[in-house]
Amino acid sequence: MTASTPEAAGGGAAVSTHLLRMRGISKSFLGVRVLHGVDLDLRAGEVHALVGENGAGKSTLMKILAGVHQADSGTVELDGAAVAFEHPLQAQQARVSTVFQEFNLLPDRTVAENVFLGREPRTRGMVDARRMNADTAQLLADLGLTWLTPQAPVRSLSVAGQQIVEIVKALSYDARIISMDEPTAALADEEVDLLYRLIARLRERGVAILYVSHRLKEIFDLCDRVTVLKDGALVDTVDTATLRPDELVRMMVGRPISSFFPDKLPGTAPGDVRLRVTGGGNDQLDGIDLEVRAGEITCLAGLQGSGRTEIAHALFGIARFTRGTVQVDGRTVRLRSPRQAVRTGLALVTEDRKAEGLALNQSVAANARLVLDAVDPRRAAARARRIPGLLSSLDLVARGPDQEVRFLSGGNQQKVVLAKWLATEPSVIVLDEPTRGIDVGAKHRVYTLMRELAADGVAILMVSSELPEVIGMADRVIVLRDGRIAGELPGGTTEEAVMALATGQVPGGPMS
Amino acid sequence: MSTTVDTATAMPSRRRRLGTTELVYMALLGVVVIGAVIVAISGGNLLSTANTVEMLSRSSLLGFVALGQTFVILCRSLDLSVGYVMALSSLIGATTMAGDPARIPLGIAAVVLVAGGIGLANGLIIAVLKVNPFITTLGMGLIIKGYLDTRYKGPAGAVPEAFRQFGYTRIGFVPLSAAVMLLAMAAGIAYLRTSRTGYHMYAVGGSEDVARLSGIRTGRVMITAHVLCSIAAGVAGLLIAARFGTGSALVYSSGYELDSIAAVVLGGTFLMGGRGGVAGTLAGVLILAELDTVFNVLQVDPFFKEVLRGVVIIAAVAIYARRQVERRATRARFGGDGDDGGTGPGRAPDRPPDSTAGGADGDQVVAGHGGDR
Repeated sequence: MTASTPEAAGGGAAVSTHLLRMRGISKSFLGVRVLHGVDLDLRAGEVHALVGENGAGKSTLMKILAGVHQADSGTVELDGAAVAFEHPLQAQQARVSTVFQEFNLLPDRTVAENVFLGREPRTRGMVDARRMNADTAQLLADLGLTWLTPQAPVRSLSVAGQQIVEIVKALSYDARIISMDEPTAALADEEVDLLYRLIARLRERGVAILYVSHRLKEIFDLCDRVTVLKDGALVDTVDTATLRPDELVRMMVGRPISSFFPDKLPGTAPGDVRLRVTGGGNDQLDGIDLEVRAGEITCLAGLQGSGRTEIAHALFGIARFTRGTVQVDGRTVRLRSPRQAVRTGLALVTEDRKAEGLALNQSVAANARLVLDAVDPRRAAARARRIPGLLSSLDLVARGPDQEVRFLSGGNQQKVVLAKWLATEPSVIVLDEPTRGIDVGAKHRVYTLMRELAADGVAILMVSSELPEVIGMADRVIVLRDGRIAGELPGGTTEEAVMALATGQVPGGPMS
Repeated sequence: MSTTVDTATAMPSRRRRLGTTELVYMALLGVVVIGAVIVAISGGNLLSTANTVEMLSRSSLLGFVALGQTFVILCRSLDLSVGYVMALSSLIGATTMAGDPARIPLGIAAVVLVAGGIGLANGLIIAVLKVNPFITTLGMGLIIKGYLDTRYKGPAGAVPEAFRQFGYTRIGFVPLSAAVMLLAMAAGIAYLRTSRTGYHMYAVGGSEDVARLSGIRTGRVMITAHVLCSIAAGVAGLLIAARFGTGSALVYSSGYELDSIAAVVLGGTFLMGGRGGVAGTLAGVLILAELDTVFNVLQVDPFFKEVLRGVVIIAAVAIYARRQVERRATRARFGGDGDDGGTGPGRAPDRPPDSTAGGADGDQVVAGHGGDR
């Protein structure tokens, strides 16, 4: 199979037609503006990158195009005609398809059954499995994917294979526009290669591809143009041919760090190593060497899926390390369950507050006592006496200790979670996205709490996808990439430096 | 280089696994063989005509109910009202026929209509009102039970001799009822494999969101499954009437709702929907019937018999669950981990990978085509 290179296939006459024009797209969720006045054009036969930091609004824009969300204002024109998709199916019928990060496939059904789901071909009223398989084989052959068998169950395919089935399904609707959300996030290198070749084929057919990715290399390898979003607003749309990687990084980040982050409390100094991981690894992580000192805020940064949360989970015995050693306060420990982790003096504020942090239909008091009651019931009553004080020092706003936590705001819920863990008096606290989805006031309280804890000699390991937060709070930044440590940066580093390590791009240097 | 990539990605699991249905039929064979040996040791013959006939007649009643239950379970629903539908159907059939051979078609039509109506109601409540299927069908069962308990104090109606043949006639060693059940099973297999609705049942059970986003009207599929399920239970009710010669309300206490779910799950259909089929259910029904026959021949204490049945069902589902967990294992990014690796220094990162985790060496990113996916 010799697919023509993207360079040879793109260009030419086909690239000038405007297939899609989005103008002034705005969208708010619960009063929070996630997109304001964004414009986006797609030409037939182009691969168009959509980039930006986490929370820049890429996914929302993509979901508006896909009909999952509806824009609050702005227009979408497809081939010059205004459209407003209210349902993903309408978008699909207008030949606009989306390949989401989470797969929309039935793993127990075959490739052909998935591709033709809902539109199974029939002869004399009966599903014609033979024709369905033949049609799928034809679609696959058109794309040079002859190694995929229509009869294979989707479950038996690799992640790349499943991704390809999604793309084939999109194409079977005769899609003119396909948007892909981080299509390579879950792929291994040689699988990425496969996807590249498929995209080259699609481009030859005049399909416009909206390509959301964090990986700069892919953007320069694959894409003709790139649209940069920042904080929900359009930065610019530029040709990749005239763009240097470091310029792109600057467009994506490059904002002044506000004085929003509280200063270190006087007398805070790094103490002994509280937590040490040597050569930690499991099926998602490899070669993790990590030290977290008392009184120090260490931050794990990296792109989505780079292994940040996985480290937190491994430390807490959820998806534990299967290689390497973990030492807490100089003692080698085997963390095989959250219970053991808690007893060792660890605490984990999880990323998903509602699903993993709280029993939503229980009271503030019950939630705050949860860990104490579970892990050390005999001393729970005595230790729980601290809880009311903790809650009020965190400025919790609630009707009282009996209020169910589901009625609290996100920020106040997070304070209950924090109180729950602080009540255990941990020596190492792991905070996974501690300020996600909470208001500015609560954020500030979380930051000052972290400073207070550091001053008290607690070792803090923070996982965050918000770079300003990483830079504003961390004493040391450990950047992860693809499950390994990509490098370590001192506190007060730049967003460019973090992004460069996270994406594998040396700032200002040549492309690898 | 590209060719290697392609074949590698398309490579099927290296350890060839038996399909669940094949496994269930092997289990059936195992039950028959082991049962025959045990019965032979105690001086009997499990494969004698009498015992085979008994086994098949036993299976026909449960067969109909389990066939219907398969459809709803495939859709990630379930039906706890089937036992009551059976009882009601036996009464409606027997009272409508009232001993008159000419009224047989009328009786059958009445049963199909009433049972279908109950299924329609179940389906509508689940699909439109979004009431949990467990609660819906439990409530529907209680409603029918209340009606039966007040309306019928004892057996009612009479089944004409011609219709009783459905319960007693044999073709060779195959009872007519079992033959009809086998035909219905075959029709069920064909339905799932050749009708769009059949295909869509797998989709609705596999993921309702995926189904809806693919343009499937999921509510209709759910309703169809429930109508089919209730009608199948209605046919089982007719069979009861044919056997007893009269309609009986007390059938509902025989536990057919749970037995049918057990047979379906034993047959390898995933209780959470989306995977399985009628062929497996047939094997599940035959396994349960054969077990009962063996216990009967050996004159096992009836209470102990229930215990043994329970053990068999749980053991079977435990085996499936184990396979399920292995299949769901997350995609490994790094190879070289055993199932239960320690954190001790003996497990160095450069330890060569074992057969369960992809194929690449420890330092290389592993493509997701390990044997367990």
